Amino acid sequence: MSANDQMNSKIKKVTKHISQNEGLIFERSSAGKAAYKLAPLDVPEVDAAKLLGASLRDGLGNMPEVSEFEIIRHFTRLSTWNYAIDLGMYPLGSCTMKYNARVNEVVVRMDGLASAHPYLPESVAQGALRVMKDLSDALIEITGMDAITLQPAAGAHGEMTGMMLVRAYFDAKGEKRNKVLIPDSAHGTNPATAAMCGYQVENLKSNSKGMVDIESLAAQMNEDVAALMLTNPNTLGVFEEEIHKIADLMHQKGGLLYMDGANMNALVGKARPGDFGVDVMHLNLHKTFSTPHGGGGPGSGPVAIKKHLELFLPTPVIARKKDGNLGFDYARPKSIGRVKAFYGNFGMHVRALAYILANGPDGLRQTTEDAVLNANYIRKKLEDVYDLPFKSPSMHEVVLSHRLQAVNGVKTGDIAKRLIDYGFHPYTTAFPMIVADHGAIMIEPTESEPKEELDLFIDAMRNIAEEAETNPEIILNAPHNARVQRMDEVTANRKPVLRWKPEAGKAAAD
Amino acid sequence: MRYLPKSPADREEMLREIGAPNIDELFSHIPAEYRFKRDLNVPRQMAESEIIDYFKQRSEEMAAGFGIMLGAGSYYHYRPVIIDSLISRGEFFTAYTPYQAEISQGTLQAVFEFQSMICELTGMEVANASLYDGSTGVAEGVMMAVRLTGRSETVIARSVHPEYREVLTTYAQHQSMPIREVAFGENGRVDAKALDAAITDKTACVVIQSPNFFGTIEDVATIAEIAHKKGALLIVSIAEALSLGIVKPPTEADIVTMEAQSFGVPLGFGGPYVGVIATREKFVRQIPGRLVGQTVDKQGKRGFVLTLSTREQHIRREKATSNICTNQGLVALMATIYMTIYGREGMKELAKQNLAKAAYASGEFAKKAKVLFGGAPRFNEFVVQTSEDSKAINERLLDQKIIGGLPLKKFYPELGNAALWCCTELVSREQIDRAAKAVQK
Amino acid sequence: MAYPADYRYTKEHEWIKVESDTGTIGITDHAQEALGDIVFVELPKPGSDVEAHKSFGTVESVKAVSELFAPASGTVTAVNDELTTAPEKINSDAHGSWMIKIKLKNPGDLNGLMNAADYEKFVAEEK
Repeated sequence: MSANDQMNSKIKKVTKHISQNEGLIFERSSAGKAAYKLAPLDVPEVDAAKLLGASLRDGLGNMPEVSEFEIIRHFTRLSTWNYAIDLGMYPLGSCTMKYNARVNEVVVRMDGLASAHPYLPESVAQGALRVMKDLSDALIEITGMDAITLQPAAGAHGEMTGMMLVRAYFDAKGEKRNKVLIPDSAHGTNPATAAMCGYQVENLKSNSKGMVDIESLAAQMNEDVAALMLTNPNTLGVFEEEIHKIADLMHQKGGLLYMDGANMNALVGKARPGDFGVDVMHLNLHKTFSTPHGGGGPGSGPVAIKKHLELFLPTPVIARKKDGNLGFDYARPKSIGRVKAFYGNFGMHVRALAYILANGPDGLRQTTEDAVLNANYIRKKLEDVYDLPFKSPSMHEVVLSHRLQAVNGVKTGDIAKRLIDYGFHPYTTAFPMIVADHGAIMIEPTESEPKEELDLFIDAMRNIAEEAETNPEIILNAPHNARVQRMDEVTANRKPVLRWKPEAGKAAAD
Repeated sequence: MRYLPKSPADREEMLREIGAPNIDELFSHIPAEYRFKRDLNVPRQMAESEIIDYFKQRSEEMAAGFGIMLGAGSYYHYRPVIIDSLISRGEFFTAYTPYQAEISQGTLQAVFEFQSMICELTGMEVANASLYDGSTGVAEGVMMAVRLTGRSETVIARSVHPEYREVLTTYAQHQSMPIREVAFGENGRVDAKALDAAITDKTACVVIQSPNFFGTIEDVATIAEIAHKKGALLIVSIAEALSLGIVKPPTEADIVTMEAQSFGVPLGFGGPYVGVIATREKFVRQIPGRLVGQTVDKQGKRGFVLTLSTREQHIRREKATSNICTNQGLVALMATIYMTIYGREGMKELAKQNLAKAAYASGEFAKKAKVLFGGAPRFNEFVVQTSEDSKAINERLLDQKIIGGLPLKKFYPELGNAALWCCTELVSREQIDRAAKAVQK
Repeated sequence: MAYPADYRYTKEHEWIKVESDTGTIGITDHAQEALGDIVFVELPKPGSDVEAHKSFGTVESVKAVSELFAPASGTVTAVNDELTTAPEKINSDAHGSWMIKIKLKNPGDLNGLMNAADYEKFVAEEK
């Protein structure tokens, strides 16, 4: 067998194929090409120089000039260089890469919704308000909370909103609490958010099961602590079994329990944060409720709360007016204020509601069950070849470690790169940080994977484990079959090139 | 459930492999009292046709097909069809953040092109991969200026979008960042004297918007001089990105924050839009959010990666430049395609059409009512003061399928019955004439 | 890599070289190796004060940020600006790539630091 055969003989899911080359759009540009045609002006022409005076712009520099078909080719070619959930399993832990239903994309483009100006008079905005109201009601029911704001634009933005609500709650009570407890397994956004809200972050250690250490919590919880920011299930995919004790400990000392809802895909229809003592939480519509990740957004991060925080919600909130119509209520003197212009990422609200309607109560429950089933199946099929650092039961994701492979010099990041050759997007690497040696292999299959795809993934992971023993070099130099190989990130950081510039002497003549 | 790809037999087999007697076994570690035992009280599972019907009804409860003469941070521009054809490719919209560069080159290169075009348009040297929107962009810009200068105070023009100012107030409230507002003058521009007086040696930054909330173009160079003289940075917020097609970019600014919704993003009842932050190269280490950089792979082939990520929350945690994680990737792609379509010449022509429409409209309105702030140049928005309440005028216009200007009483009571009108290329002369006539009454 | 005998070393892997009342500070070869490719250093401005055992700046690799701890208290008199544009110098010559010079406040600060032989032993044990 040739080296190449050896490298690829066990790969079942993919075959190398032709990939088109494509330069930067600027490199296709030349003067006089155009991809637009404006309708004739139906009002008198103006002399821009006269109207604008010194504010008149002198040319648009190096903006491209290309034809329409070149644009289609350019971006289509680029698109083929991406991996996507539409192509296969995307097992990124804590990211919940599930199917993005097409009907969501159709309904969000309906003209009345897509062309709705945010400042429309409320009398001609009832449809949009109704979407927001129906989604709010559904999310309140799903979380078991009392009220909600849809305004935050993403998860971290929701966290900020939630923690500001916490702060407003204590300010209103005249209590000066300056600390927030955050488990060492938390997402980086949690401490960053707490800092933005003026809180000191105090680290909370996890116990050997990967859960909140109740004794540490009891020792660290006091009247200076405003809240515990807890992800449940946590970033190990483990449900905090002693959640009732955690909530009680917080509440006894007057503190609040904040839940990061990043992992809500493990709970919908099976358990409700509102029932287990959570006071405030955010959801990620782009995770649990299937709105597309779009190569890095947009997201949407609604914040659901219990009654005692309702007065502080961002303005405006949706309210039923006297005439029976829906409208926005701006008169909220205790509100933390606005966290975003307008009302949030409405387009994501539409999609999330469409997802909920497509599922219904039975579909939502089955979705959660399948997500948990898939993660446990992967765990069962891999735990004999990969180290399982925490043995607690897994919910929607499983966290393994590279401990067994690291003896051969193969780390989680390397295994991830080799998965690319096998036709998969890598799992989340090196997170959560409580896994020793930054060795975490964090796998979240979601409910969207059929058994066949899971079996291929398991097969790939097992083959890589074997390669780690027999031929670690293959893994260390992976990926071999991607369009490009490992990037020189060191130079990218030392000498950042963050924009295109014309080569010297080729600048567009203005 | 039609999205779920497993047969009952698959589930049985998998449970068997796991060694669980039934699915509930996998949830048995959730304390019994917290296991949810009933059905969620949400609408029953719907057929696709029913979902379509539900949203069709909602859509019909809106003002579809109306002429829109509202702007105020959300602009009704034509969206070329290829934007949706391209962003609907699953490889773009169903991909995650491009952390794995080898299989994300499409997204990464598109973001690099976005950053490059934003620099070209704003006159700045570096731009990030996007922020949530223009309003949070201002807040992020201010926090960046505070980090850069080691000072804490902000002086912001009252002619910055009221909701942007509200968002800044919300962000700043727990970060010991006092905010001072400065009035606008007769011509709608920021009152330079008052501004000068408001800046102290604790002022980290001056924030203006241009074109400002009233559509008036600010004298950026003069304001920059005032700010810089006292060691403060200048942040220029742009809400109407298309203005850059014909209005001189704010090159004197230190930080430019922008709402790029005008670049091919649907009005969509206020979001998702796309925020931008751009700045000078020397400030790049303090820019929030993701950045894409050009580099080469092991074989020397050009490629792109997320870079300078030590600024970000997943590494620096509570010391990060921002807590932002998810940004507006797909919306930034819409903007990139839009900027490519109109490009160097089209954006200028299109901006000029907007200028002409607004000039014509303000002329027509001036015949019947008072158009404020005539003493300074404007782009596609203008403020009209009437004897009648603006809402009543708008009510009448609804019958003619026209959405009138934004009543300003809520934000600027001192302007009386005033409304902010906007005319993009999509507003016809006939609609302008009808609106101006309605004002007459 | 030999550890210069005329330097003193901290447990956080910084070195300091003292000439009269001036201390020159950098990170050790062991530190640069542990950090990997250094892509950026953030250093204080001349005229600012640094405090013994407290952070005076950061050093960054592609995916990590590490604090730099001052071996002694003092006022910064000079900063090696070359490292801002060429941080790779630290990787190639850690003991020759000084970061800051300070005017020492308490000569006593140096008493607790290790000499080259002790540091070498310390590093060996840490492994």
